[in-house]
Amino acid sequence: MNKHTKQLSKFLSTGFVTLIYIFLYLPIAIIVFFSFNTSKLNVVFQGFTLKWYGVMFQNGDLMSALKNTAIVAVSSVIISIFIGTLAAIGMFRYQFRGKGIVDSFLYIPIVIPEIVMGISLLAFYHILNINLGLTTLILAHVTFSMPYVVVTVRSRLSGYDMSLEEAAMDLGATRLHTLRRITLPIIAPGILAGAMLALTLSLDDVIVSFFTTGVDSVTLPIYIFNKVKTGVSPDINALITLIILVTLLIMLFIRNLEARNSNKGQA
Amino acid sequence: MSSTTTAPAVLRPEANTPKKRMPLSQLVPLLLMVGPVVLWLLIFVAAPLMYVFVISFMKKGTYGGVVMSFNFENYLRIFDPLYLRIFLVSIIIATATTLLCLILGYPFAYIIARASKRNKGILLSLIMLPFWTNSLIRTYGWIILLRTNGTFNTLLASANLISHPLQMLYTNGAVMVGMVYTLFPFMVLPLYSSIEKLDRCLLEAANDLGAKPRRTFWRVTLPLTVPGIFAGCIQVFIPTLGYFFISDLLGGGNSVLVGNLIRNQFLAARDWPFGAALSILLIVFTIVLMRVYKHFGGSLENIT
Repeated sequence: MNKHTKQLSKFLSTGFVTLIYIFLYLPIAIIVFFSFNTSKLNVVFQGFTLKWYGVMFQNGDLMSALKNTAIVAVSSVIISIFIGTLAAIGMFRYQFRGKGIVDSFLYIPIVIPEIVMGISLLAFYHILNINLGLTTLILAHVTFSMPYVVVTVRSRLSGYDMSLEEAAMDLGATRLHTLRRITLPIIAPGILAGAMLALTLSLDDVIVSFFTTGVDSVTLPIYIFNKVKTGVSPDINALITLIILVTLLIMLFIRNLEARNSNKGQA
Repeated sequence: MSSTTTAPAVLRPEANTPKKRMPLSQLVPLLLMVGPVVLWLLIFVAAPLMYVFVISFMKKGTYGGVVMSFNFENYLRIFDPLYLRIFLVSIIIATATTLLCLILGYPFAYIIARASKRNKGILLSLIMLPFWTNSLIRTYGWIILLRTNGTFNTLLASANLISHPLQMLYTNGAVMVGMVYTLFPFMVLPLYSSIEKLDRCLLEAANDLGAKPRRTFWRVTLPLTVPGIFAGCIQVFIPTLGYFFISDLLGGGNSVLVGNLIRNQFLAARDWPFGAALSILLIVFTIVLMRVYKHFGGSLENIT
């Protein structure tokens, strides 16, 4: 390749990548943009205002949807991290009959279409006479995020040196003590990655939530789904903007944490 | 504690012969660690799916609900032209979505995989970042952009390019845009990891042996990244069939896909047995695709 074609291809690829990112961020940008609009309709920009950032706190339904979303996300992440990490360590450490079965079993929730998981849980709750609400929602979220946690944590374990545990136990540490002081600190980055994934899945889910939520456990996406046809007011845009800001900060914080950890590892 | 003597066997999995019975000192922690996950999957995945399978052979009750009576009618109903059409449209939209994602995603993944190490990290997290905003919320963003008095129409009108607003929302085109938009990252990530893994020496060898870049791409790069292509296509194709909220919000009533049909059976029509039969069909479809995928050397790990 001569210099000119090289430059041209670099120019083209940069342009292409930029266009794709514009495509990915356009709908988000437009929501953020209209959160500063004085008009009640998300149609024409009439003037700059911050009033919706105050109005949203008066919107009781919106606030309770936010609260429910947070409760479901946090509880499902904690449960799936706890059970999932245990399983990942167990499956990494022990060879046992039926391991392959457990393995493929774990992939079922990952592979089946979300809508099938949604309706199967709905039918299941129905036959057991369980009322739909926050609990059913949390159980559903754990069900789809836990397999991802197991897979993520286990993949981080693959480079893990078992002789460290051996050493700890030779020096008289109990199994539990070894787990707490040796195993967990070492696989902490893996657990963090799993937690991030579980959180992302919980926050992004629409379909499974749609079937497993009750009247008084409406989460943010369900609330917006119900509102879209009648019209969404800009206070929702304002809330979404705030959420984006907060998640951005969390992500930066975690990236920082990871960077610091890997620096420590190298030292 | 006796664990000092058994420890080496525990710690070196390959030293463990599976034929021997597991000593209690291993069995108990194993059950405590792996047991909860297995139990959870049995209760919340296996049992519900079995139940759906069972009711797919039942009959719908007069007031919704399920009546015991074994029959294949729900499966036969799928062959009604009305439903066959929905299946056909769904498959066309899913195929088009998958192809679009692939055509846009492959060069995109390729460019990212070949970027410098620092840029790579940034570019990758930029793909993940939109995930943190719920997909339904992002779909709502598309509504603002596409509707008759939406951003695109306003911009086009103020540029005097159109005299009447274009009907963009509530079309199959809008549904496709929404699907491609939502599922694009699922195509890019497996593609990225398979391109990233590609051994550069092979490309250099092809080059040294006189292959032009285009030939190298078609004969070396593309065949070696087929597992990534397959993984990406499956992860786009299958969800597209079920993402009812995208066709609901962007297609209006004009677009009924398999996902909408299933949703309606469970919530509006309250014909659970038929909805269950449709779901079983979707599962069978998924299993077939996974088989094909594995047959072509794909591994399950790439699906996550």
